[in-house]
Amino acid sequence: MSGLPNRARALKATDDPWWAKAIVLAVMLGFLGMALFLPVVTVFFEALRKGFGPALAAIRDPDALAAIKLTLLTAAIAVPFNIVFGLNAAWAVAKHDFPGKSFLITLIDLPFSVSPVVAGLIYVLIFGAQGWFGDWLLDHDIKIIFAVPGIVLATIFVTFPFVAREVIPLMQEQGVDQEEAAVSLGAGGLKTFLRVTAPNVRWGLLYGVLLCNARAMGEFGAVSVVSGHIRGETDTMPLHVEILYNEYNIVGAFAVAALLCLLAIVTLVLKTLADAAEPDLGRRAH
Amino acid sequence: MGVTLSLLSLIVLIPLSAVAIKAAGEGPSGFLRAALSTRALAAYRLSFGASAIAAAINGVFGLVTAWALVRYDFFGKRVISAVVDLPFALPTAVAGIALASLYSPKGWVGQILTQWGIKAAYNPTGVVIALTFIGLPFVVRTLEPVLRDLSADVEEAAASLGAARWQVIGRVILPALAPAWLTGFAMAFARAVGEYGSVIFIAGNMPYRSEIAPLLITIQLEQYDYVGAASIAVVMLAASFAMLFVINTAQSLARRYGG
Repeated sequence: MSGLPNRARALKATDDPWWAKAIVLAVMLGFLGMALFLPVVTVFFEALRKGFGPALAAIRDPDALAAIKLTLLTAAIAVPFNIVFGLNAAWAVAKHDFPGKSFLITLIDLPFSVSPVVAGLIYVLIFGAQGWFGDWLLDHDIKIIFAVPGIVLATIFVTFPFVAREVIPLMQEQGVDQEEAAVSLGAGGLKTFLRVTAPNVRWGLLYGVLLCNARAMGEFGAVSVVSGHIRGETDTMPLHVEILYNEYNIVGAFAVAALLCLLAIVTLVLKTLADAAEPDLGRRAH
Repeated sequence: MGVTLSLLSLIVLIPLSAVAIKAAGEGPSGFLRAALSTRALAAYRLSFGASAIAAAINGVFGLVTAWALVRYDFFGKRVISAVVDLPFALPTAVAGIALASLYSPKGWVGQILTQWGIKAAYNPTGVVIALTFIGLPFVVRTLEPVLRDLSADVEEAAASLGAARWQVIGRVILPALAPAWLTGFAMAFARAVGEYGSVIFIAGNMPYRSEIAPLLITIQLEQYDYVGAASIAVVMLAASFAMLFVINTAQSLARRYGG
């Protein structure tokens, strides 16, 4: 038996030799270490360079607190909006058939491939002083650009696809059998949705909400265009990081950045838990 | 259905058309003058060139990472797998300042590179570094499921017919992965072309040299040159649509031939 080289090779056909494994693992760890691990370490190292005191002071600064509040407010509007839209869109796409369906899915994905700066620009062109509704808004004393509504709008634009595209594949896989059964047993449309459809996609929904929230709190380009960078008023956390960094307040910039970094780490931990519950999540990269 | 479409139109489609209308505001010559100025052309060259290099780097290391995550068992695999998604979760501005301070001449990595005579930050190289960071998960995440679904039978068959391990990888596995790899590459590229936050801190932002196209849009906006900003945005949007088309084609190829 062992004299047959082909046979011996076939037994280990899908296995790599130990040295190949070692090289692959070393290359991977080296690359991820350089690209991901080092930047995160840098954030906390720079934030705590002068100890906890200055870092905490930078976060307790009134402008920083205002930025944190604005970021939380923006996420608190954008995320629920996207949950409603995402479930609605997924329901329409996955449980119904209509002409132009794949085109609609492409449209939902569109904000992913539009530059965040362009996303901000479009709202400036519509609601800005020179924009379509500029004069009307000025007459009615409504501020959208360089104010909170513009920030919320730009954030909604860039986070638009997150929930929908996580939930659509799950809903499609599950088909409509359970819904039909529920309806035939007398459940109404809303009841069917809340009791059957929504629970079936809960992990996908959680996954989408996590990514949506991370992006909503961390968005920079789109928000930077519409915000006007008014300290204490229209500065979100990422914009505040930029201001502090450009003022050479390195400890302050990295202290606020460290908060955002903690948010990212929490997001990844929760995401891993959702992954464990439903291993096929995120099959489509974002 | 109705709600989906109307929200989509209200928040995505109508606003996007505003860019095209604005760009056409001063006629075709006005659009071309702004969209094809030497400064804009230099910015496109950097944005598209650096994005292609970054996506290629991710293509190589993403393949290695996906291979290790699917095929090997090792200590800390769950953590590594979670960490790959960091660029999705970490705000781009945070990545931007972290990379800028790492690769600046006084930074941990920058110091070493300077000794070798390499200037990484405040240079087009810095743009590639930032774009590599933000595109990292795409190739890994698109390859993983395909690699997992790849049947061991084909590999065993090839080996039993006398193929060496490198032949199995080169002739059997890699061709099967190609459509997914292309999808991941295109996604990383598309994301990189539009990226702003992580780049501007490390790029140095010198016109004609290290100024990316999205930054040029914001500069034109700050100078109240709305037509100029919108014209460059139209070029970027056209590129986005083209990339979306490539991604969709690659994905349907993947469905037909992959796994």
